[in-house]
Amino acid sequence: MRTSHRSKLTAVAGIAAVALLAAACGSSGSSSPSSSSSLTASAPGITATTITIGSHQPLTGVAAPGYDEIAPASNAYFQYVNAHGGIYGRKIVYKYLNDQYDPTITSTVVHQLVLQDNVYAIFNGLGTPTHLAVVKYLNSSKVPDVFVASGCECWDNPSAYPETFGWQLDYVREGKILGAYIKQHFAGKKIGYFYQDDEFGMDGVKGLNYEIPKSQVVASESYNPTVTNVAPQVTALKAAGAQVVVSFSVPAFTALLRLNSLKLNFNPQLVVSSVGSDPITLAGLLESFAKQGGATVSGNALTQGIITDGYLPSLGDTSNSWIALFTKIHNQYIPKLPMDGNVLYGMSAAYTFVQAMLKAGRNPTRQDLVNAINKGMPQGVAVAPYAYSSGDHNGITGGYMAVIKNGALVATGPVQVTDTSPTGAITTYTGGQPAAPASGIPSP
Amino acid sequence: MTLLRHLAVAIAVAAILCLISVQLGSYRDYQMAEVAAYVAAVAGLTVLIGLSGQISIGNGAFMAVGGYGGALLMIHLNWPLELVFLASVVIAAVSGAIFGVAAARLRGPYLAGATLMLAVALPTLADQYTGVFGGDQGLSVSINTPGFLGATFPPTRWLAWVTCAAALIVLVLLANLGRSRIGRSWRAIRDDEVAASLAGLNVARLQILAFVVSAACAGLGGALLAVVSGIVAPGAYTLTLSIGLLTAAVLGGLGSLLGAVWGSLILVLVPSYLTNVAASHGLSGAASSSVPIAAYGVVLIIVMLVFPAGIQGGLRRLFGPAAPAAAVPLNALRRRRPASEQQEEGLHENVT
Amino acid sequence: MQEFIEFGLGGIGIGMIYAAIALSLVLIWRGTRVLNYSQGGMAMFTTYVAWEVISKTGNYWLGFVLALAAGLILGAVLERTVVRPTIGKSPLNSVIVTIGLLIFLEGLAGIIYGGQYRSFPAAYSVRGLRIGSFSLGISSNDLFTAAAVLAAALILALVFRYTTVGLRLRATAFNSGVARLLGIRIGRVLTLGWALAGLFGALAGVLVTPTTFLYPNSMDSIFVLGFTAAVIGGLDSPVGAVVGGVLLGVVLSYAGGYIGNDLVLVYGLVVLALVLMVRPSGLFSSAAARRV
Repeated sequence: MRTSHRSKLTAVAGIAAVALLAAACGSSGSSSPSSSSSLTASAPGITATTITIGSHQPLTGVAAPGYDEIAPASNAYFQYVNAHGGIYGRKIVYKYLNDQYDPTITSTVVHQLVLQDNVYAIFNGLGTPTHLAVVKYLNSSKVPDVFVASGCECWDNPSAYPETFGWQLDYVREGKILGAYIKQHFAGKKIGYFYQDDEFGMDGVKGLNYEIPKSQVVASESYNPTVTNVAPQVTALKAAGAQVVVSFSVPAFTALLRLNSLKLNFNPQLVVSSVGSDPITLAGLLESFAKQGGATVSGNALTQGIITDGYLPSLGDTSNSWIALFTKIHNQYIPKLPMDGNVLYGMSAAYTFVQAMLKAGRNPTRQDLVNAINKGMPQGVAVAPYAYSSGDHNGITGGYMAVIKNGALVATGPVQVTDTSPTGAITTYTGGQPAAPASGIPSP
Repeated sequence: MTLLRHLAVAIAVAAILCLISVQLGSYRDYQMAEVAAYVAAVAGLTVLIGLSGQISIGNGAFMAVGGYGGALLMIHLNWPLELVFLASVVIAAVSGAIFGVAAARLRGPYLAGATLMLAVALPTLADQYTGVFGGDQGLSVSINTPGFLGATFPPTRWLAWVTCAAALIVLVLLANLGRSRIGRSWRAIRDDEVAASLAGLNVARLQILAFVVSAACAGLGGALLAVVSGIVAPGAYTLTLSIGLLTAAVLGGLGSLLGAVWGSLILVLVPSYLTNVAASHGLSGAASSSVPIAAYGVVLIIVMLVFPAGIQGGLRRLFGPAAPAAAVPLNALRRRRPASEQQEEGLHENVT
Repeated sequence: MQEFIEFGLGGIGIGMIYAAIALSLVLIWRGTRVLNYSQGGMAMFTTYVAWEVISKTGNYWLGFVLALAAGLILGAVLERTVVRPTIGKSPLNSVIVTIGLLIFLEGLAGIIYGGQYRSFPAAYSVRGLRIGSFSLGISSNDLFTAAAVLAAALILALVFRYTTVGLRLRATAFNSGVARLLGIRIGRVLTLGWALAGLFGALAGVLVTPTTFLYPNSMDSIFVLGFTAAVIGGLDSPVGAVVGGVLLGVVLSYAGGYIGNDLVLVYGLVVLALVLMVRPSGLFSSAAARRV
């Protein structure tokens, strides 16, 4: 309808332009079907040559390790796209500002991005308390707030926050998938919880409790990320006799859980959320200690056998077309960063954004981007489909169970999808995963 | 008379700020609102440290009390803004009194240690009682621009007006307090606690009062900042905030209300300026985000070394008696320890 | 029963780490009357030095020794350049300068090394020790840490009380005017005090970092608890630093384990409040206040 009408006009204009060019310059080598005269400044942040988007990220401070790789990784993908034609010829300019995980600073930098830098949209704003500081402001200012980097359910609120969309597998869904696995494979065993005392941990536990029978849970220990001594929690888990410990923790605290378990001669089966189980990060954190055990083994030995889930392809699966693509981009643009789960996350989210922008049209307004996502997004890097619709602003709907073997994720089951309700079923998804486009850029 | 004079100055300044806020863009208005919020808190702290001689590295905790108190009242009781601010002042003052009583016997680094632990521990209470305080996610705060200004009035300009008005009221009240008998009593205690006690001053009560005043100001600052940033959450009240308030008070000039303004300006403007400079030099990548941080540390050190009496002290030195009138005479900027700690004063030459 | 022992020994283990930080703060305070807010930052920086050496040479003890040496040098350099000008002015000036130093050091570490976590080795095994099948909840590394901290505290206490150097340090802090008249070179003493504090801080950093992982802000939260431990014990007393650290560690361990860990920092505040209400200058304070 509107899109095809516009592209017809564009085609006509393009052919006319080419004809003029050819006539004016004799034999010119240019044969582009559309010239930049058809690109207009259709919205704030969009010029004829650039699209400017912004984000808030914890680049320094206690929340920074690991997360500070995500935005540079997204930027690497954007630079790749820019080098291969951009989005309808426009280059993406990604301004990500440091908020040190402090909601007051988040508000300041987002006001700067919107009011001073005139960004078209906010992409992948990281953190739940931080993003909550700005979600009302962005929605009242009608700035698209896409693919928030947080698994909170709160981004799925189309009536109150029509501009805001989640992206990653949210924590309640994840808890349900992990919980169902535990219920099935560890029936009758004693389960202990270890979780961060914010919405990440608490939402995860909520999902776990939807699936795991109450009688099985013998201990529930939370930790505050500013206090690195978790020995009391692990001691309590051991005292309760937990045979399986489910951990909704960030990688540093997963590693601390493992270290303190070593100290207490406590050896439960660990089931860890995808947030805290990136094998490369964990192995890096633990490698110094693996050497102390006596034999010289790599940090991988201390991560062997950890059960977790994943919603993106495993980095160990080098034959996967997405991993191959992103590794190539990583080696070219950000070789100094480790090729780990954070980089994969950043590039995957960026890919999704490019998909959405291409769907939004050649001269999109801000509303066009929102409409494009509301119409549903094709499955990209994720192993499960997106939930996007005008009534649902959640992103990835499921993942696969896996185990860490030799420093990489190995899938142990099919992809499962579910919802965020207490009784919603967990079903197997058989749709598979599309291959990465050969050019590395999604088709419009 | 003093009150009238201060009020006249305040009204003149308010008019100027009003004009400026219209000239500046929306983003600068937002920054002006931030500065005003910090001025309220820093002014209270500079009175506590500069006038009464007590140190606090924990006023961020009182900002949290004021911020959460205000947010809860707005969300649950829907009070109008002025009442909310007043209530947050009262709530924070009460918490200041409680802490002041507990800490009445502490001096110097021990008081610093107690306030440090307060700053770190108090916000974690919000994580615990998630039903009331919203846990780690915090509570959303928002105010609406009043209807009589019209639909196209920029929201950030209204924020700037509200916060600047509140900050000016605080400054007027503190200026009067500084010139009153209480202010003189504080200075007496600061300069020589034993002598002041011998002269009949109730040292403990006055020191608690100083804490109450600084906590009340911090509480208002917290409520203002909550309205500006739109959220109260534990992550917004880190130790960095308390340290920032202390830095602003000292860099601006201890005991000086104008110094509180200089310090707040530094606190808000310098970090974003440094970030923009780094970005414009094309620094990209994860490591370069630390450059503005390192530069800010250098700025703090250099300003402190170049202006040992703070910026306000430096201005007085540069411009002599014609300098902008501070609320406090010059020799008050040179803080001397109470007599009970005379033995620790060995390193500090007492120049009369 | 088992967990009671594990909580207790674990608490002592972490308490020794707080004591390590507390010791360096006590040293600087007792010797120079400066509250060094950048103590944690200095420790973090010297630990990066150790990490560089260890990753290049594979030799832990070489890195350990070089970190201590780096601490010595760093302390001396910082005192001469940045802290010296603040002596004689309002004491808050030195606090602000050390705050600026902390921010600068964290930023510098971020620039050079980036923000990511790095694993830092422990001197000895971190696997738990047991008696028979009874797990004790501590490892040989914990024992090494405790021994190192106790040795450091002992050395510090002996230096202060029995050596000329210690006497000079205490005299300078007590009354620099008189000390100068007695022929003490104030400047050199201050530099020495800071150098030693840098050494002890480096020791604390190397002992602590295995369990916090190495990144620019790794020492932030440990510093707060270490400072609290120093205040609890009394800022003038090395013995107090150790006692304060162990007390804090044990109380937080039991409270966290039996009551819950959400409010662990509040428990710390409670301990501090209780101690300071009874002894406003810490447990081992000796200063008699002039009261009216």
